Amino acid sequence: MDRQPPRFSDREVERYARHLVLREIGGPGQQKLKAARVLLVGAGGIGAPAALYLAAAGVGTLGLLDDDAVALSNLQRQVLYAEADLGRPKVEAAAERLGGLNSDIAVVPMPARLTPQNARELVAGWDLVIDGSDSFETRAAVGEACVAEGVTLVAAAIGRWEAQIAVLKGKPCWRCFVPEIPPDAETCVAVGVVGALAGVAGSLAALAAIRAIAEAGPDIAGEVMILDALNWRTRIVRLAADPDCTVCG
Amino acid sequence: MKLTVNGEDREVGARDIAGLIAELGLDARKVAVERNLEIVPRSLHGSTPLADGDRIELVQFVGGG
Repeated sequence: MDRQPPRFSDREVERYARHLVLREIGGPGQQKLKAARVLLVGAGGIGAPAALYLAAAGVGTLGLLDDDAVALSNLQRQVLYAEADLGRPKVEAAAERLGGLNSDIAVVPMPARLTPQNARELVAGWDLVIDGSDSFETRAAVGEACVAEGVTLVAAAIGRWEAQIAVLKGKPCWRCFVPEIPPDAETCVAVGVVGALAGVAGSLAALAAIRAIAEAGPDIAGEVMILDALNWRTRIVRLAADPDCTVCG
Repeated sequence: MKLTVNGEDREVGARDIAGLIAELGLDARKVAVERNLEIVPRSLHGSTPLADGDRIELVQFVGGG
């Protein structure tokens, strides 16, 4: 009865079998993943595990934006890279590893740094952005660009033992959450971060992206997950839109 | 009034969120304030009254990746 040509090859049917049997993903959801374009801002603690899961999940086009090279201190948590990659540009090593994991997807290495000046141009044309960058300045620029371009944002951040993951579509936006760049912001370089927590946060970001693309489950836009790994507590909180927000208000 | 602040019962003199942040000696630029599982936008801190029994969480922003 089905007059449509087969949508997946036999290999794809086998590869994505565990997704295809899920009622909430299935064939239609897997097609959406295949058609999706996801940009990862930062291929570090969060971007690395997120990229692995998104590539494995069959997200058709993955953009990797990062201008760093792989350093030894990255290997404590950035499981995308190996010792042989030390000194290589991250996006180059990542593209090679992800291509080896799933040759059916396109990986777009973008060895650049996102700034307020180029943010809109970099974010335009993607279906979803995962922000795993390492500064509030970059995060602010990503948040603003995503609102301007109408791109769904999964903002995932870590520090010490804590992770904060927000899914944002228009209003409320990232600026409603962080209205001003926090002064003397702690960095992972200075205060540290547990490696496995980066894996959790990156995996949650990938999971949020997969849910959004496949339209599985209730919409969680405007919710922030706060994970306190030290005290082993997680909360989901709603972010109220700021009526005076400089970005979406 | 009595609040639960970061999981601990506390008696405070503050009447609104801005007052609570000041009473606790925190920098409003560094923390998100949750009142009963909703993050209150910073521009509303001064006009969001506290009520007896409110559950408040003050969460320091993290920005690493």
